[in-house]
Amino acid sequence: MEVGKTTRELGLLQTGDSIMSLTGPLGLPTHIENYGAVVCVAGGFAVAPIMPIARAMKQAGNKVISILGARNKELIFWEDELRSVSDKLIVTTDDGTYGRKGLVTEPLKEILESSEKVNLVVAIGPSVMMKFCARTTQPFGVKTIVSLNPIMVDGTGMCGCCRVVVNGQTKFACVDGPDFDAHQVDWDLLAARQRTYLEEEKQAMENWQCQCGKYA
Amino acid sequence: MPRQEAVVRAKNFKEVALGYTPEMAGEEASRCIQCPKRPCVEGCPVNVDIPEFIKAIHEGKMTDAVTVLKDKNALPGICGRVCPQESQCEAKCTLLKQKAPVAIGRLERFVADWERQNKAAMPPGTPLPPPTGKKVAVIGSGPAGLTAAADLVKKGHGVTIFEALHVGGGVLMYGIPEFRLPKEIVQNEVNFVKSMGVELVLDAVVGKCDTIDELLANGYDAVFLGTGAGLPMFLNVPGENANGIYSANEWLTRTNLMKAYLFPNYDTPLKVGKRIAAIGGGNVAMDAARCALRLGAEEVYIVYRRSEAELPARREEVENAMEEGIIFKFLTNPTKFLDDGKGWVNGMECIEMELGEPDASGRRRPIVKKGSEFVMQINTVVVALGTTPNPLIASTTEGLKTTNHGTVIADESTGKTVKDKVWAGGDIVTGAATVISAMGAGKRAAADIDKFLLNK
Repeated sequence: MEVGKTTRELGLLQTGDSIMSLTGPLGLPTHIENYGAVVCVAGGFAVAPIMPIARAMKQAGNKVISILGARNKELIFWEDELRSVSDKLIVTTDDGTYGRKGLVTEPLKEILESSEKVNLVVAIGPSVMMKFCARTTQPFGVKTIVSLNPIMVDGTGMCGCCRVVVNGQTKFACVDGPDFDAHQVDWDLLAARQRTYLEEEKQAMENWQCQCGKYA
Repeated sequence: MPRQEAVVRAKNFKEVALGYTPEMAGEEASRCIQCPKRPCVEGCPVNVDIPEFIKAIHEGKMTDAVTVLKDKNALPGICGRVCPQESQCEAKCTLLKQKAPVAIGRLERFVADWERQNKAAMPPGTPLPPPTGKKVAVIGSGPAGLTAAADLVKKGHGVTIFEALHVGGGVLMYGIPEFRLPKEIVQNEVNFVKSMGVELVLDAVVGKCDTIDELLANGYDAVFLGTGAGLPMFLNVPGENANGIYSANEWLTRTNLMKAYLFPNYDTPLKVGKRIAAIGGGNVAMDAARCALRLGAEEVYIVYRRSEAELPARREEVENAMEEGIIFKFLTNPTKFLDDGKGWVNGMECIEMELGEPDASGRRRPIVKKGSEFVMQINTVVVALGTTPNPLIASTTEGLKTTNHGTVIADESTGKTVKDKVWAGGDIVTGAATVISAMGAGKRAAADIDKFLLNK
């Protein structure tokens, strides 16, 4: 699950270790109400934020259909937890090593095409996955909420690093979001801004691996 | 005042002004004629006993100088560096009309720096009075909050500062650059306030983690809001969200608080293009431009819509910037940002301005000069137009009144807001201003809070 230097550093911590600083909860909470039927789509690691949302939606009286997808079997986690708060759970893997082979958008489309009435879709995962979920639900006119993940610095609205454009307007994802209407999001801008420090991220990783090598 | 040479200092983050030697300090202190009227004291927003601390320097009684200075000013190492003394105490100095005012700011810095280096020589501080049993929550550990906290703890009240960031100091840490105000000095001053018995809680985002009403319901008898003006303003022109366009807050926070200049030892870099434009004319724009130079830019511009005479920045910082080679483009306003097709800014469409009649601020209004469009080749932009208060506190605090600009309404002389048991001071009330005026507001509010608590 670890991708860059910082998540790998976190991965090396043991129970009882500490980190310097932690704050929250920040941003606006997900809006929970009895919509009727909600489809929750979790892309990979995003089963973590989807889990409490699915649970709250279920507790509010919604029928909850969950889709959990990852690249391969190793990256699937919390399957039982998600199943326990959903009326139905579909698991997919890109390579077919577990569950149904394919992307999460396939079962999503099938549900929308079926006679199942869906009032809301909540999709969280890598930006490209959220973008394609938005594209999938758009023709059906189903309201779709996504949780945007631009780069952030302070998380309290003081710097504007997390600027996204939604419905033509600039918003700060850290205080106006992170939840936004998926059909209004400028996905290309989000993707471009997320690439700002690719070079530096690579350099930091190489530096760190080099240093680890010295002490390993 | 000795300074690093412009060509050298433009490449490093070390302090520009090197400070007085004891000989220079002694000489300058002897210039003060100890005039009976003491107009300098009135000119100081916290009413430091200026002639007294200067006399102590002159007499070689450094520990006395420290005691006198710190009696009124808890953060002299900071004020001595960033106060615009030229428009405050020094502007009132009796010697202003003669040779030159006494260099009060530089002497203040000298005393503060001496104390930092000679802690062992200082006598123990005045013991605190017996605890009053009252507790005050101070929100924000910038200059207003630190000053209010220091004054309240000296009266025997229990004080907790709630700071949203992971380190205390507020704008002193994230905004003012290392080369104007070394962060080690800021932490020294924060630690001094803590050493007086003030509790500093970090990572505490009031308005999210706790609301003001929750604090008042959970043991705090009064609240002081010192959360500053941390919401960035953008131009709102097309293309402003391209990569490489930063708010000054982000630029300065990554550089100074998060040490972008030490990447990869710190993981919070900046994309520093070869040609950088800082938009704006205040101290923040100067800071942003001078940081850009030090971060490795080849050409740095200040782009300002009025002329040199209207620049709101401190003259000293403008001169420093010019000496360091920053190019000033006056009477110029950006209208659009251009990108390279891959999401990165690579140009800025601008239009020339001319000055008309004064506007509400008293400065001549900039008017567009039709047909004067041109393009500047720029690959990084820092937008330093100003800041307003973050709406987080006002939007989560029932009963607090704000203006259209988002500033909290508070009595000018006491800092009292319309909400019961809540005071406010500093940039959250005035909009972006100075460190020292925030400190003055902190002092006045602390005095009023003290009165309120003792009458309960």
